[in-house]
Amino acid sequence: MTTWQFFLDNWHHTLDLAGQHAWVVSMAVLIAIFTGVPIGIWITFNRKAAEMVLYIAGIIMTIPSIALFGIMIPLLSVFGYGIGTVPAIVALVLYSQLPIIRNTYAAIRNVDPNIIDAGVGMGMTRMQVLGRVQLPMALSVIFAGVRVAVVMSIGIGAIAAYIGAGGLGHFIFMGINQSYDAMINCGSIAVALMAVATDYVFGFIENRLVSKGLRS
Amino acid sequence: MIRLEKVTKIYPGTNVPAVNDVDLEVQKGEICVLIGSSGCGKTTLMRMINRLIPITSGTIYIDDQNILDIDPIELRRHIGYAIQQIGLFPHMTVYDNIATVPRLLKWEKKRIDERVDELLNLVQLEPAQFRHRYPRELSGGQAQRIGVARAMATDPPVMLMDEPFGAIDPINREVLQDEFLKIQSQIKKTIVFITHDIHEAIKMGDRITLLDAGRLVQFGTPEELLTNPKNQFVKDFVGADRALKRLDLLKVRDAMLENPVHCHESDDVASVAQAMREKGLNFLLVNDPRDRLKGYVTLRDLYDQSGKVGDFTKPMTLTVRPEQNLKDALSKMLTFDIGIVVAVDNDGKLMGVLNTMTLAQVVGQTYDEHGGRWGKITAGGKIL
Ligand SMILES: Nc1ncnc2c1ncn2[C@@H]1O[C@H](COP(=O)(O)OP(=O)(O)OP(=O)(O)O)[C@@H](O)[C@H]1O
Ligand SMILES: [Mg+2]
Repeated sequence: MTTWQFFLDNWHHTLDLAGQHAWVVSMAVLIAIFTGVPIGIWITFNRKAAEMVLYIAGIIMTIPSIALFGIMIPLLSVFGYGIGTVPAIVALVLYSQLPIIRNTYAAIRNVDPNIIDAGVGMGMTRMQVLGRVQLPMALSVIFAGVRVAVVMSIGIGAIAAYIGAGGLGHFIFMGINQSYDAMINCGSIAVALMAVATDYVFGFIENRLVSKGLRS
Repeated sequence: MIRLEKVTKIYPGTNVPAVNDVDLEVQKGEICVLIGSSGCGKTTLMRMINRLIPITSGTIYIDDQNILDIDPIELRRHIGYAIQQIGLFPHMTVYDNIATVPRLLKWEKKRIDERVDELLNLVQLEPAQFRHRYPRELSGGQAQRIGVARAMATDPPVMLMDEPFGAIDPINREVLQDEFLKIQSQIKKTIVFITHDIHEAIKMGDRITLLDAGRLVQFGTPEELLTNPKNQFVKDFVGADRALKRLDLLKVRDAMLENPVHCHESDDVASVAQAMREKGLNFLLVNDPRDRLKGYVTLRDLYDQSGKVGDFTKPMTLTVRPEQNLKDALSKMLTFDIGIVVAVDNDGKLMGVLNTMTLAQVVGQTYDEHGGRWGKITAGGKIL
């Protein structure tokens, strides 16, 4: 019950950290969506680019998060952003690219060519086919990619506390340093809850956004 | 309306043309059926017309305008297109699917609403029930109807239909074909229609184009293909039973014996029986005073009787109408024990008689070069 007691004593601080955490993650994911989805769409037009982009994104995924944060510091300190939220966001954006790009690309490519043919045959422009047929049909798979990116970012975001980005990781690392179990637990449980809740919210939004005609 | 001149298509990376030097003209208001075995180039030929596939050489004209001079997007918006695989948009309702081209052409919502209902009625799907369904909630046949309705949405003068009834079982296919022909007789579109099925081709086509390995083998009316196949390939394709297939094309009117021997119900039994004996008839049709078919009498019924023929007349339970096709008539005839079937018009007026002899004559008839069919065999008239 000490964890609960810790939370009651420090709920204000916990919410603060959760807020920071949420802010870093949502900034990162928003940027990742607005870059990853267009990249995913763009590479459907170009097989060579697709291979390259997916390869690079795959490599970034394999870099351990702590190492990526480490790389960020010297790179971004050139611009005066070595530590803090900026490198954290940049790193999370990079991590989020793979699931988002890969799902966007796969979903659009998987649209039945006959359905695209019907659209083109009725006089849709390339853009209209994309906007009215391919994207709506790809939406749920793209969404699945975004969900993976969000949940992953919430987890990795905890590590960003190491480079001074704040967030719930702060409790975890400080707790480890001080061997203060209640603090560690409070941080980890909050991160886990945040991930589960966000995933649930995204599932709900997805349900509203994706056409009923695509549900099986 | 649609004219192809020496059209050839060679897909990149292949050296055998998929469509080879085809000349073809589709008249306004006609259904031109493209038929041939799988892979012979039907779809390729059709897709060159709306520029989905670039032409390798040759020219296609629509209304005397080279299609290359028309913006492809514009062109396609004015040609109805129903693809082989139906291709309904799964994320859109029936309404939205049908509204696709009207929306591209920026129709007002009210006009689209009306048009969607009109089209759903046309393909015999209750608008209130189907408007808001998604494609996954439709049967194959219903989906195919929506595909056809979608192609017709803006009432385009030209339609390309790639096996539009391909996914439907034979019974429902017949129903759809009949519906479609009925619609076509009102709207008179210029239609290019692909099928695998020679029966469908004969039934639907004003003209049939038979393709083989990208080449046009024969182009002509269904009757020309059946009666005058150009070579062995065409013969094989239309089938050994092509004489029987002509039954689909011919109407009772074409084969019936007009003005058949008959008597009136008020005629005297003895004189009628006498006349029948003289002519060697043991069966005679009986009309009422207004020349409507009342029934028939047999010689045996009249034997040693007196009075009016009307008193001995048996009703004719199975009759056909002159506009019915011969195939239906034949099947009725086979169930009718006296081997003839009588044609009456809608008022019941006696029009003619079909018997096995006249049928055999008509079916066996070869096409005569001068465009005439066969001499009408008129016989008998009133027996007294
Ligand atoms: N994109 C393509 N690239 C290369 N060859 C093609 C392409 N599309 C079709 N072909 C070839 O062209 C020929 C004609 O194909 P097409 O699709 O026109 O046949 P079809 O008559 O419509 O056949 P089906 O009745 O099976 O639909 C076939 O031999 C096919 O393999
Ligand atoms: Mg085909």
